[in-house]
Amino acid sequence: MATLDSKIPKGPLKDKWTNHKNKINLVNPANKRLIDVIVVGTGLAGGSAAATLAELGYNVKAFCFQDSPRRAHSIAAQGGINAAKNYQGDGDSTYRLFYDTVKGGDYRSREANVYRLAEVSTNIIDQCVAQGVPFARDYGGLLDNRSFGGVLVSRTFYAKGQTGQQLLLGAYSAMNRQIGRGKIKMYNRHEMMDVVIIDGKARGIITRNLVTGEIERHSAHAVVVGSGGYGNVFFLSTNAMGSNTSAAWKMHKRGAYFANPCYTQIHPTCIPVSGDHQSKLTLMSESLRNDGRIWVPKKIEDVEAIRAGQLKPTEIAEEDRDYYLERRYPAFGNLVPRDVASRAAKERCDAGFGVNTTGEAVYLDFASAIQRYGKEQATIKGLNTNDAALVKKLGQEVVKNKYGNLFQMYEKIVDQNPYETPMMIYPAVHYTMGGVWVDYNLMTSVPGLYAIGEANFSDHGANRLGASALMQGLADGYFVLPYTIGDYLANDIRTGPISTQTAEFEEAEKSVKERIEFFVNNNGNKSVDYFHKRLGKIMWNQVGMSRNEQGLKSAMAEIKKIREEFWKEVKVPGGANEFNEELAKAGRVADFLELGELFAKDALHRTESCGGHFREESVELDGPQKGEAKRDDDNFTYVAAWEYKGEPSDAVLHKEDLEFNDIELKQRSYK
Amino acid sequence: MSGLLKSSIGRKFAMALSAFFLMFFLLQHFAINITSVFSKDVFNELSHFMGTNPLVQYALQPVLIFGVVFHFVMGFVLEIKNTGSRNVKYSKNNGAANSSWMSRNMIWSGLVILAFIVLHFIDFWFPELNTKFIQGDWSGMHDGEFRYYHELQEKFLSPARVSAYVIAFILLAMHLLHGFGSAFQSSGMNNKYTKGLKTFGKLYATLIPLGFIIIALYHHLNHNH
Amino acid sequence: MNLKLKIWRQKNANDKGKMVDYNINDVSPDMSFLEMLDVLNEQLITGGDEPVAFDHDCREGICGMCSLYINGEAHGPDRGVTTCQLHMRKFKDGDTIYIEPFRAKAFPVIKDLVVDRSSFDRIQLAGGFISVNTSGNTQDANAIPINKDSADKAFDAATCIGCGACVASCKNSSAMLFVSAKVSQYALLPQGEVEAVDRVLNMVKQMDEEGFGNCTNTGACEVECPKGISLENIARMNSEFLKASLKG
Repeated sequence: MATLDSKIPKGPLKDKWTNHKNKINLVNPANKRLIDVIVVGTGLAGGSAAATLAELGYNVKAFCFQDSPRRAHSIAAQGGINAAKNYQGDGDSTYRLFYDTVKGGDYRSREANVYRLAEVSTNIIDQCVAQGVPFARDYGGLLDNRSFGGVLVSRTFYAKGQTGQQLLLGAYSAMNRQIGRGKIKMYNRHEMMDVVIIDGKARGIITRNLVTGEIERHSAHAVVVGSGGYGNVFFLSTNAMGSNTSAAWKMHKRGAYFANPCYTQIHPTCIPVSGDHQSKLTLMSESLRNDGRIWVPKKIEDVEAIRAGQLKPTEIAEEDRDYYLERRYPAFGNLVPRDVASRAAKERCDAGFGVNTTGEAVYLDFASAIQRYGKEQATIKGLNTNDAALVKKLGQEVVKNKYGNLFQMYEKIVDQNPYETPMMIYPAVHYTMGGVWVDYNLMTSVPGLYAIGEANFSDHGANRLGASALMQGLADGYFVLPYTIGDYLANDIRTGPISTQTAEFEEAEKSVKERIEFFVNNNGNKSVDYFHKRLGKIMWNQVGMSRNEQGLKSAMAEIKKIREEFWKEVKVPGGANEFNEELAKAGRVADFLELGELFAKDALHRTESCGGHFREESVELDGPQKGEAKRDDDNFTYVAAWEYKGEPSDAVLHKEDLEFNDIELKQRSYK
Repeated sequence: MSGLLKSSIGRKFAMALSAFFLMFFLLQHFAINITSVFSKDVFNELSHFMGTNPLVQYALQPVLIFGVVFHFVMGFVLEIKNTGSRNVKYSKNNGAANSSWMSRNMIWSGLVILAFIVLHFIDFWFPELNTKFIQGDWSGMHDGEFRYYHELQEKFLSPARVSAYVIAFILLAMHLLHGFGSAFQSSGMNNKYTKGLKTFGKLYATLIPLGFIIIALYHHLNHNH
Repeated sequence: MNLKLKIWRQKNANDKGKMVDYNINDVSPDMSFLEMLDVLNEQLITGGDEPVAFDHDCREGICGMCSLYINGEAHGPDRGVTTCQLHMRKFKDGDTIYIEPFRAKAFPVIKDLVVDRSSFDRIQLAGGFISVNTSGNTQDANAIPINKDSADKAFDAATCIGCGACVASCKNSSAMLFVSAKVSQYALLPQGEVEAVDRVLNMVKQMDEEGFGNCTNTGACEVECPKGISLENIARMNSEFLKASLKG
């Protein structure tokens, strides 16, 4: 287990980061000019890291598969970004943000990392405002905050429902400044195909130019990967179509351990699948649960009538509705955390109460909120509170002000008016807490190879709190990696430029080319999507929101089978040396087909339930928490880091024990 | 500052400036012409003043000519550049879905106005130059009275000419309907006054050309021969 | 429903390209436009043909990657949406749909419906930033209050997704709406003031060099913009530019 040194600094929790920064090696400015760093991915983590490294003086080469760094999927984050600024004076502090994050992660994250995250969160807001990020402000001209994800303080900074976009454009602008100065060389429409390890250190990558198909070698003294999460292993997710695991998986195959792959966040409020043509799922902000009540009909005959189009949800009497979250969790009701809300929806739909044609949807109803707000407004304005039409109109106006853009988005997609009829929602894969294992310095188990943002397993444990993903991406990229990487690069100041004319580059390039040649020449007859969809179905049904031993074992076998079929029967039209999206997809799906199996293997070994990982065998059998997730702190308070050994099923487990000195482990209760 | 006219925004601003000047001139021209409907003498007096005042003749007139020529030449330069900015055309383009016909066809309305100006110069300005500068007659008199009103009526005898004028003024109205607001936008003015300004622009763009049409028709129908 | 598609096919940047007809049946009105193209591509692949290349990524209207000129309009006939958010219920059974790439000299075609919009990136790096290093000790975020109206307007401008619909819709292929959105965002915020003069001059210079046309204020861009970026921003940029030209 010596290989898994998390390098957590000694000393009290609150001093660890400061002491660490004071002690680690630095590279002097003149020497930084001699050092090259590759950054793969230009989302919040990669973009901010590339910009900051370039500001420090390193020569940065940045890569993204999109046509511009500005399009990385961080852009789609809606809600906001947490920071312990305590601008609202409601008692927030670094410790409280740390505490909420560790608790929200169901005590499966690394204490020291989370504390550091909470510590630098305030710097992020200062930095972004200085860059011109237009956060929401109040009438006094100061920054506005909202409460998010059921926490007790208002610490979330936001820019309407487009916070991720604004933060990413901020990082993109910082990158642009450095691209203009020549300190970042930007490679758009380039995909990382492999990482090159020389003498045990990461020294470069192989890329494919997605326009010309050219395979290129790029060398550097260190490689930083911020390539995002792997939610698309489910085929349907809220991730972008291009989001993939390939960069992370290539790192894994070259020696980086993959940690906690089974920790996936399933977001409860997404727009349901409408048919087999569905290519992706759209998230509706979690904030809707502040005012919407979730229900399904009590009677199965009502469900059938609804599906047959003979009954409208608004025609179902109050006593015939099952507000199942309010019934099961009277204390938190509709505001239970994401994992709990998602599982409860699945439970009802599995029991046959799903309300759309596919049986996979529940109602999110704003009628009560409209009534409540309407009456409130009527009272304020001194109007007749018994005038039903008036109350409804006033209530709808309030709801429109709060959620207008979301309601409009829903109507565009579903073609139903959510002011008049309840929305239909269903959980969807949204974020992956697992990822490449990294130490406190964000370095993977391969020296010189770093993973940042969603790509690492990092700070969220088994479940991520709302508005924390943006915080982590920017913390890693702006404030953590640029310091910690110096510690490693300080030993490289005399190395000189890394040559790409070595046997290791040769070998890596050859294997990349062989795989591409295989795809374009394979005499198959099924499209890449055909296999991806099959993989996604298995992942969703057996490795999704709730899992059991039997299902996981059969999933592993089935995924292996699909993988074998894929390599025999996949059809990739077009050639290698041209713009060929099918070819790019084939490579990504090939990696998903391996990751999926490791994912199931990880889920299989973790026989406890925790956070986003619900194991059916591990539930409370009696007492007030009967039927709820049962964590097993005695046996599973560790990070599961998997070492690649060929077949995913042969991966070897390494454990990093998690120690909690500043926080007491408790059961999460929402009853 | 020197590169201003080379930049796209600088050129657009120059178009706007010349447009402001031309719109002001148009208003002034109209103000004088409309007097012909009410009073022959006032019209004659004003015409004689404009035709003989050295400031108007040697300062304002060249500026006006420059303004007209500049507006047209720059209009063409921009049009050529703009057409070239899309080297492959769309097979199907639905411009009407997002913009007005006037805004998309300024070059065509502009060309009609150009043709009209040529006609107008042949009708009035060239004979005027001939009388004043070649024959040296600055008296403005003919048969013992001012010749201006008489000449005006003479020109509007022909139904063909009146029709040409009417058509040209309709196109001018269309040109102005877009151009008026556009000139303000190009000069960087888009604020709380814009809405009011747009309404005013629409009134200006319809009423002035309509007024000119009325003048032409009035003289066509009421000539004293 | 059944549809007839007329799609621009072009093998690569050097190919001449042409419109090609396709038929597609059993299209569900609940599909997004891109999902309809997915189905067409699946048909083409299994039939041994090359799929139609088109740009897309987030499929929720925010990344700005998807484009397409559909029946003569950027992002199709619906308003306030990108192509990925356009649904097939906006079309009728038996319709013929023209699908072309965003066209402009500054957006050369890479393949089929995929165009190169790197000209936008080059404009941004000419000045679309505030020069502040990442230090962790910039002044406190609340040190300079910004009035809500300016902050909101800056935000509205900043919501531009850089898709290029403005250029595609403009009869002159002008990029003014895109450039003005960025210039406006910074012009409205105190942080942007220091570099305001150089920013607008450099960005406009780069815009002109990329070969975009001149704005003639038709307003098509504002109508077709999926994010509703206002023409007010263009006016603001004009005045910023003119002021800067006098100073610079």
